[in-house]
Amino acid sequence: MSQDLLRIDDLHVAFSTRRGMVEAVRGVTLTVKAGEMLGLVGESGSGKSVTGFATTRLLDAAGRVTAGKILFRGQDVTKLRGDDLRQLQGAAMSMIFQNPRAALNPIRAIGLQIADAILTHKRISKQAARAEALELLRAVQIRDPEQRMNAYPHELSGGMCQRVMIAIAISCNPALLIADEPTTGLDVTTQKVVMDLLADIAAARGMATILITHDLGLAARYCRRIAVMERGRIVEEASPNTLFSAPRHAYTRRLVAASPTATSRIEDLVTEEERERYTAVLGKPRPTLAHGTPPLLEVRKLAKRFDQGSAAVADFSMTMASGESVGLVGESGSGKSTTSRMICRLIDPSEGDIVFDGQSIGHVASRDFHRSPLRKNIQMVFQDPNESLNPRFTAFDCIAHPLMRLDGMRAGEALRQRVEECAQRAGLPLDLLPRFPHQLSGGQKARVGIARAIACRPRLLVLDEPTAALDVSVQAVVLQLLDRLRRENDIALLFVSHDLNVVRMLCDRTIVLRNGGIVEQGESRALFENPKTDYTRKLVEAIPHIEAGPALVAAL
Amino acid sequence: MTGLGATLVRAGRRLLSSLPALFGVLVFTFLLMRVLPGDPAVFFASGPNAGKEEIELIRKQMGLDRSVLEQLVFYLSDISHGNLGRSMMTGQPVLKDLRERLPASLELTFTALLIALIAAVPLGVIAALRPGSVIDHGVRLFCALGVCVPTFVSGLLLIYVFYYLLGLAPDPTGRIDVFTSLPPQRTGFLSIDFLLAGDLEGWWTACRQLILPAVSMALFVIAPLARITRASMLVSLGSDFVRTARSVGLSWRKVVVTYALRNAILPVITIAGIVFSTMLGANVLVEKVFSWPGVASYALDALLSSDYAPVQGFVLLMASLFVLVNLVVDICYGIADPRVSIE
Repeated sequence: MSQDLLRIDDLHVAFSTRRGMVEAVRGVTLTVKAGEMLGLVGESGSGKSVTGFATTRLLDAAGRVTAGKILFRGQDVTKLRGDDLRQLQGAAMSMIFQNPRAALNPIRAIGLQIADAILTHKRISKQAARAEALELLRAVQIRDPEQRMNAYPHELSGGMCQRVMIAIAISCNPALLIADEPTTGLDVTTQKVVMDLLADIAAARGMATILITHDLGLAARYCRRIAVMERGRIVEEASPNTLFSAPRHAYTRRLVAASPTATSRIEDLVTEEERERYTAVLGKPRPTLAHGTPPLLEVRKLAKRFDQGSAAVADFSMTMASGESVGLVGESGSGKSTTSRMICRLIDPSEGDIVFDGQSIGHVASRDFHRSPLRKNIQMVFQDPNESLNPRFTAFDCIAHPLMRLDGMRAGEALRQRVEECAQRAGLPLDLLPRFPHQLSGGQKARVGIARAIACRPRLLVLDEPTAALDVSVQAVVLQLLDRLRRENDIALLFVSHDLNVVRMLCDRTIVLRNGGIVEQGESRALFENPKTDYTRKLVEAIPHIEAGPALVAAL
Repeated sequence: MTGLGATLVRAGRRLLSSLPALFGVLVFTFLLMRVLPGDPAVFFASGPNAGKEEIELIRKQMGLDRSVLEQLVFYLSDISHGNLGRSMMTGQPVLKDLRERLPASLELTFTALLIALIAAVPLGVIAALRPGSVIDHGVRLFCALGVCVPTFVSGLLLIYVFYYLLGLAPDPTGRIDVFTSLPPQRTGFLSIDFLLAGDLEGWWTACRQLILPAVSMALFVIAPLARITRASMLVSLGSDFVRTARSVGLSWRKVVVTYALRNAILPVITIAGIVFSTMLGANVLVEKVFSWPGVASYALDALLSSDYAPVQGFVLLMASLFVLVNLVVDICYGIADPRVSIE
C-alpha cells in the first residue's frame, strides 16, 4: 500500500447542470505506482478526463467531488486548499492537455510561460528561471531553443506546442504527470514523436504517468497496465496483452473489436449481432464495368497556389471509376483537404482541369457551381459533425435543404418521404428527424451529415475526415454505413483522412500526399504492406497498432 | 522588433485607406448643409427688416449665388490650402476657433474615458470572477442605471448634489473660474499646462472644474466597457490556457492578471476606441450643461444659426479624429496581441 503514489478510492464526481446533478464519475478506484505509466481508456463521456481533472483539482466550477478519496502520497487531495494545493499543482503533479495550442497563453512568449511555472515553485532569479526554461526546451528537443524562447504559440506547430506544454508540465519535476489525450489532433508521425518523447522523459525522471486516451492502440503501445472506463466506472483493468487477447467485460470486447488494427476488415469492427444487415450487402458481387467505360472522375495536373505564391497542391492527377473508393492520406499541410475541396468545386484550382463524367468542371467558378446540374452529383461530408450542421435547422431541414435547392422539390408529402428514405439509408432513426443538432449525439450528427450528402443521389461523395471527431465504436458503425452505401448505390468515395487504418479498410486504392504532391499511390493493401517510399513507410510505422503494443513492451 | 515595424506599416496602410472616406465625409457634409433649410444670408443680414438688395449682397459676398458644384470646388480648394472658412458667428477663422476649443473637448473626453476605464475594468473583472453573485448583479444594475440616465440628467443631478447641496464642487461654468489667471498655453490641456507652469493651486481649480462633467460623461460609457470586460474575462477565465496556468499552481494574481486579464483586455481596447469617438461627438449635452467651451457646443450653435463653415469644419475634425483614434487602437492592439501582425 505504501508504495502507491496515487490511490483513488471510490471516487464520485457530479456536475450541476440545468437538468440537475449529473454524475460523471461513479465509483472509480485505481492506483498508480511511482514511475509507472497507466493507460486510462474510454470513449467520450466515460469520465476519464473528469477523473484526471479531479485528481489535479482542475474541475470546472460546476463539478464537485461528491464522495471518495484521492490519496496522493497518503494525503487526500480533495481536502487541500489554498497554498497547500498550489504547492501540489505543478510541483508534485502536473497535467498535459488536449489541443496544445489552446492550452498555451496566446499572447505570452513561451519562454516566459515556462519561466512562470518555474518561478512559482522555486525561489530563484528571473535569469536563472530563463536559463532553466531554455534547458527544458532542449530537453523536449525543440530546435533552435534560444530563438524559440521568444516565440508565441501561433508561430509553432501543434506538435511543437505540445512539447512546450510538456516542458511546462515537467518544469518542477513532478512525481505524477497526467496526460489528457496528449496527441489527439496531431499527425500520426508527430504523435509518435511526441509520445516517444513523453515516455522517455517520464522514464528518465522516474515520473508516474496516467495516459488518458480514447485510442486503445496508443495506450497499448506505451502502457503496461490499462484501465478501461465506461460511463463513470472502471470496467476492466489488465495488461494490454490480456486486454486484447481475452477481454472479460462486454464493453471492452466491443471497444477492442471496434479499434482498427493492421489486418482488420470493416466487417470485423462490430460484434456479431450488429453485423447481419451488413453481410447481406457484402455477398452481392460488384457489377464489373464494361471495358472502355470512361472514368467517373478525371483530374488532370491540378494545382493550387495561395496568395503567397507557394503551391499548396501541385501537379495532382488521378482518375476514379464509379463505385470505386479512393483514399487520400498525408500529414496536415500535405494539401489533401485543399485537393478534395477543389474536386468538390468549393474552391477554384489555379491550374489543371477536373473532368466529371465526361464534362469539364474545373473551369466553372466555384461560386457558380451550385447552379450547375452536376452539383448534386458531387456531394461532401465534412469533418466536424457539430460545426457542419446549421444549429437552427432540424435534422429534417438539413436533409431536405439540398433536395429543395438542387432537386427542386417542394415542401410536402413527397419531400417527407424522400427525407425519411435518406434517413433510413443512413441509419438515422426517424423519430430523431425533428431534433436540432444540439439534441443529437456525435454519431447521430454524422449520420445527418451523410444523409444530407446522399439525399440527391450523388455519384461521387467526398469525405473529409468524416470520422475524426467520433469515438471508435461510432466510427466503426459509420464506416460500415459508408461501405454499404457505396455497394448498394454504386457511389464513388473519395476519402480524405490521416487515419491510415481506416483508409486501408475502406478504400480500394490509396494516394499518399506530401507537400502538395503525390508521393505514392496504388492498391491499398499492397501499399500498406509494402510501402515503396520512406515517407509512406514512416506513416505506416507510426500507426499505433494493438498487436504492436505487447511485442514492443516485451522488447523493452 | 519586427512586430512593432509590421504594426506601423499596417497603421500607415490603414491611414492611407481612410483618406477616401475622409473625402467622402467632406463632400457629404457640404451637400447636407446645402440641403438643410435655412438661408444663412437672411440670418446674417443686419436684421429682420433687411431689404432684398442687402440680402442679395450678402449672398454674393458669401458666394451663395454660384452653383453648388462651383461652391464645392471653391470649398475643396480652400481646404487643400488649410483654410476652413470663416465663422459668421464669431467672425474668426474656423480653424482658429476649433484650435481654441478642441483641447477643452479633448481634455474632458480623455478624463472621462480614463475615469470610465478605471471604474469599468475592475467592475467587469469582479463580475466575471463571481458570475451570478450579488456583486455581479450589483455591477449589472449600476451599468443599467448609467446607461438609462441621459448625461444631461446625471450632469444636472451631480451639480445639484455636489454644488448646490454639498457645496463641494465649484460653480459649473466653464473650465476655470474667473479669478484664476490662465497658464501659458502649451498643450491646451489646462490640467497639464498648470502643472508645467508649476501652479498647483491653478491645477487644483482646473481639476475641480473638470471632475463633475467628466464623471457624468464617464457614467454613460462605463456600462459598455464593463460589460465587454466581463464577457471577455469570462471567456478568458474559461479558456484552456488559464486552466494550464492553474494546473502548474501559478498564484491567483498571476492567473487572473497576467493570463486572463491581459487576454481579455484586447476587445476592451477596441470598444474603448469606439467609445472615445462617440464621446467626442456626443458630449455636446455635457458641454452645454457645464458651459464647457468645447467644439461640440460650438458646432451646435453654428448649426442652429445656419453657419456653414464651422459645422463643416467640425465634421471634418471629427472624421479625422475618428481615423486617428482607430489608428491608435490599431497600434495598441498590435503591441498587445502578437498574433495580429501576421495577417
